[in-house]
Amino acid sequence: MAEKLKLEVSDEIAIKVESMNKWFGSFHVLRDIDLTVNRGERIVVCGPSGSGKSTLIRCINALEEHQTGQIIVDGTELTSDIKNIDRIRSEVGMVFQHFNLFPHLSILENCTLAPIWVRKIPKKEAEETAMHFLEKVKIPEQAEKYPGQLSGGQQQRVAIARSLCMRPRIMLFDEPTSALDPEMIKEVLDTMIELAEDGMTMICVTHEMGFARQVANRVIFMDDGQIVEQNEPKKFFNNPQSDRTKLFLSQILGH
Amino acid sequence: MSGDNNSFVRKEMISERIPPAAERGLVKWVRENLFSSAFNTIMTFVSLWFIYSIVVAATPWFLNGIWDAETVRECYDLLDGKSGACFAVLNERFPQLIYGFKYPSSDYWRPNLASVLLLVALAPILFRKLPRRLLAFSAVYPFLAFWLIWGGSILTSVSAFLGCVIAIVCYRRFSSRSFAIAVLISLIAANVWWIIGGYIVDLNDSFLALKDVPSRDLGGFMLNLLLGTIAVCLSIPLGIALALGRQSGMPIIKWICVFFIEFIRGVPLITLLFVANVILAFFFPPGTSLDLILRVLIMMTFFNAAYIAEVVRGGLAALSKGQYEAADSIGLDYTQSMRFIILPQALKISIPGIVNVSVGMLKDTTLVSIISMFDLVGMIRGPILSSTDWNGVYWELFGAAAAIFFVICFSVSKYSQWLERQLETDKR
Repeated sequence: MAEKLKLEVSDEIAIKVESMNKWFGSFHVLRDIDLTVNRGERIVVCGPSGSGKSTLIRCINALEEHQTGQIIVDGTELTSDIKNIDRIRSEVGMVFQHFNLFPHLSILENCTLAPIWVRKIPKKEAEETAMHFLEKVKIPEQAEKYPGQLSGGQQQRVAIARSLCMRPRIMLFDEPTSALDPEMIKEVLDTMIELAEDGMTMICVTHEMGFARQVANRVIFMDDGQIVEQNEPKKFFNNPQSDRTKLFLSQILGH
Repeated sequence: MSGDNNSFVRKEMISERIPPAAERGLVKWVRENLFSSAFNTIMTFVSLWFIYSIVVAATPWFLNGIWDAETVRECYDLLDGKSGACFAVLNERFPQLIYGFKYPSSDYWRPNLASVLLLVALAPILFRKLPRRLLAFSAVYPFLAFWLIWGGSILTSVSAFLGCVIAIVCYRRFSSRSFAIAVLISLIAANVWWIIGGYIVDLNDSFLALKDVPSRDLGGFMLNLLLGTIAVCLSIPLGIALALGRQSGMPIIKWICVFFIEFIRGVPLITLLFVANVILAFFFPPGTSLDLILRVLIMMTFFNAAYIAEVVRGGLAALSKGQYEAADSIGLDYTQSMRFIILPQALKISIPGIVNVSVGMLKDTTLVSIISMFDLVGMIRGPILSSTDWNGVYWELFGAAAAIFFVICFSVSKYSQWLERQLETDKR
């Protein structure tokens, strides 16, 4: 991997999570989560499966509802008020493990739908924006095709472009490379690195530790629904403090 | 191969050849499909013999058919002991079969025009490639058709249409504030207009008036087409709404929809029709009553909508949770995500089911003959077969009814298959 990115992080707070708890039925998935993300920060969340990483970032754009505590995104508190939720969702982009492109719409339509109907941008302008971002993820020539005609890596890059078209201030990535063939992982990671270079605030749930080393300015390790350890990547990887972290790192880096 | 090692170099490329005679074209098809095994060969010959005997038996019946006679006795005289059909009944009773026996014969052009215009109105809905401006005609058509078929002053239809326009305008105007308030205001505005419009219509009830035809005078295949078209057209949106309501997070709406769907699906259509015919009248104040056709239409629409709701629910369930989440995550609100993401995909999956249910509904319109409405089957069973002139001409009449329904239902199912192919975008 290339050398570490050096990027400015501002003092402005983008996301603030305070003593947040969530239960699925009686199962306590997230326990007393405290997390502050500044604008421009790039955070990688890792941990064993079932540790609540995905649930955490899904709470941040209200795909999951939290039960106690506070989540403040971009200065707005997430409550059950649907107007607030829709506003926050249009400011926060999300990329899913399984892409979730809309199979009945062309690539271009996938990218222009929300800008046209949520942001009320004229169709022509939305299409120009969409082409700009499709060029950025290096697949402008696929604009007229349908998602089913693209490879997994291409689909994931379209999904990233679709989120970017809303000009979000924060991007959430939920295991964006886990469903991809090995040779496609790099093209998606390259796109994400480029995004980081542009100063996007990002939270990525991923097991790509190379990516974490290169891009993240903080790595968070979760286990059993709680944040067990967080540190800057160098210290996190070279000198983990908790036993759980050591065990986890030895398992994923051991071979 | 040359020598004793495994090396090999081709000197000349092999050019393409056609497959052997037994492996291509008709011969291959016949061998594979008709004579692939001893059992299949036997079945092929049995089927051929079966088809042959039906054709041999039925052909003279068709060919000797009498198309011109006044009564069934005249038919038998003309046939003179030969086997033959008496198609003359179709000829002589054609208007009754199509329009019923009370529709004024001088006004047959009205339902004729209405059915031709029906095709024009349906065209832009069924074929997306046609200019969208034609949809304006589709919106006006129901009111125009009402005026054509039932007659009366055109002002009635115009007033009803304007009421709907007012409701839509009010809804658009207030929908940004709150859905409930917008619906309430538009309902009130439309009703106020309809009351005012009612007085205006009463003052000028001869303006562009066609001869009044009361509902009980409608009959024949026209009645089937009318009931079927309206019930299917109304039940699709109602069914979609019920399916969405059943998924709603609001418990009251959800339980109302579940109760409605399960109740209607648990009751036979015939029962609902009897309720419409007899029992519903007890619920109205004395002296007032809803038109019988309207009551039957309501029941048929409810019945079909409940089934369509279940079909659409299947379509909604077939979508992955990711589609809902992706729509949410890019900031679409509920209406937008349903309109652009969820329903287009769910309805595409539901097309075969919706068409299946709706074709069933078209055919079930003949059940109204049981509550003494004279639709196509009612006409045949009642006035035609019981007349002394055409007593006992079953095959020809019911055969004709079957043929008419077959043509319509087969076209509908062919259309749906075509539509499914048109919407196929997610195939790799």
